[in-house]
Order: sequence, then C-alpha cells, then structure tokens
Amino acid sequence: MKNRSLITVTVSRWVSPFIFIYGLHLILYGHITPGGGFPGGVVLASSFILALLARGREAALQRLPYPLAKRLDATGAIIFLLTALAGLAVSGIFFENFLLEIIPGTPMRLISSGTVLVNNAAIGIKVCASVFLIMLFLSVLRVGEDEQIRTIEKEEG
Amino acid sequence: MTESLLALILVFAIIAASVALYTDELLSAVIAVGAVGFSGSIAYLLLGAPDLAITQIVVEVVSLVLLIRVTIGVGLRLTSGPSSRKRITAAGAALLAVFALFLISLKTFAAFGTPVMERIQGAPSVFYIERGLELTGAANLVTGVLLDFRAYDTLGEATVIFTAVLGGLILLRRKGRKNTGDSAEDAG
Repeated sequence: MKNRSLITVTVSRWVSPFIFIYGLHLILYGHITPGGGFPGGVVLASSFILALLARGREAALQRLPYPLAKRLDATGAIIFLLTALAGLAVSGIFFENFLLEIIPGTPMRLISSGTVLVNNAAIGIKVCASVFLIMLFLSVLRVGEDEQIRTIEKEEG
Repeated sequence: MTESLLALILVFAIIAASVALYTDELLSAVIAVGAVGFSGSIAYLLLGAPDLAITQIVVEVVSLVLLIRVTIGVGLRLTSGPSSRKRITAAGAALLAVFALFLISLKTFAAFGTPVMERIQGAPSVFYIERGLELTGAANLVTGVLLDFRAYDTLGEATVIFTAVLGGLILLRRKGRKNTGDSAEDAG
C-alpha cells in the first residue's frame, strides 16, 4: 500500500508474537497471578493492532480475519453465559462454581479454580475480538469511503 | 512515603487534566488525557493493586493509540467561547464552596489505608478474604471476586463491550441499507 519503513515492518513482525504469548499468559494464569481475562484480552488484541498500524489493514486481517473476529466475539460472550447457566442448572445458583467440586485441583496450580479459568478464557477471547473490531471499524470509518466498507464486506462473504 | 508520592502523582494528573481542558489542539488534549490515565495506573500500583494497574496501563495504551490514530492529520481545533470575568468568579466561588464541604466531610473519613472491614461490622470483604481461596480455588483473590462472587458485574461489563461492537457493526453494514438515492447514501 504505502511505502512503509523496513524497520517498523520487521520489528512489528518480530514483536507481535511475544505480545500474543504475554496475553495468553495473562489470561491463563489470571487466577494465580495479577492479570485476568480483560487485560489479557486487550494485550492479545494489541498484537493484532500493532500489525494493523505497522503493516496495514490487509496484514492484520490476514492474521485475524473479519468474519472470524466477529464469531470469536459472539463465542466468548456465549461461553461466559453458558457457564453461568450451567451453574444454574447444576446447583440452582447463577454463576455457581460447579466445576470446583468436580475438578478441585490444587491451589496455585493452573487447574485449580473450576469455572474461573473457563470464564477468564471466555472474557479474554471476547475482549480480544471486541477491541480489535473497534480498532478496525475506526480505521475504516476514518477515511469514510464506501469503497473500503465494500472490500471488508467482500471478505465477509 | 507512599502518601506523598501519591499526592505528587495526583497533582500531576490534575495539571494534565487542566492542560487537556485548555489546550487548543485536539491531539495535545488526547495526549494530556493519556498522561492522566498513566498517572492513574502508577497510583494503583502504589496502592497495591497490580491487577488494576495492568488493566489500566493496557487499556490506556490501546485507547491512546486509537485516539491518536483517529485525531492525527484531521487538524481539528477545539474552540472555547469567550469567558467573561463574571463567569470565572462564579465558577471559582462554586469550586471553593465544594472544596470547603469536602474538607468538612474529610474529618468523618477513616484514616488513610484502613480496610473497610475495620469500619463496618460484617462487611462482605471479611468473608471474601477468609474463605475466598477455599470457595473459588483462585489464588488471586481479585480474579476470584470478579469471576465468581461478583461475576454478575463482569457479565454486565461484557455486555457493554458487546453493545459497543454491535454499534460499530450496525454502522458498517451495507446489507439491508435502503438505496434511496445518492444524497441519502452520503448521509448514511
């Protein structure tokens, strides 16, 4: 598209996997160390946003396509709601931590907190997709040309 | 030590907020708002809330990048109407009155850093701290509270983000948009 600086392109290509791993760490270990689904999800999204800013919209959409992002957004919300409803079905309390009795695990380990880990993962997926989509919308709407909306819808199918 | 550092950061945040209010250029205002957010993150870290500090700094970085991306090159300028001497005096008097009320109410507060459970008998925080690990299995009590005891709040938070994205999707969609001529298309 535009002539982008070689340094920016290379550094963003090298750094964004590490940002992605850090986001995964924040989500998966959110119940043990500081972190959790929300900050982890935003860190995950920022690895895609880095690609969006440094290498253009096409590069970012190659990593996280628009239809997939939309589906991930809905999937995260549905998983979160389903764990809440499963708690309601199992023990009669909305958001009951029913998995803790089935798989108690050991405290301070990865498998230790039942539904908290599931909810963290769901929130992480949801927030990652949402923040990326909001950034994508702004990058499209800023120019305000119908042409760009058409290209993004073509990828949607 | 912590208290004086905190006061320093708060003064910095107030100065940055005033800069954001009174600068003419939109980009400078956005950067000043970013400074307020970062000082908030440092304040959380000093108060011993690393979870909040991580969230604040990550959201601040992303939103700052987002806002700069939106404002840069647009060249928008903030305009403020002429402020008369009368209005400034009235605003100053109102501020002084509120500050005096705040100083009076400050005397009824507990000392800085006193936990809620020492002020109110039977506060739920005692229960959370005593039985949190046992009931949620999460070693990080903050996550335990957010996603188990108070998961309802998190559900509401998720709904807010979902609604924001839904708004973006509705603005972007083309299917179902009525073609009533070029002028309507430009307006939509």
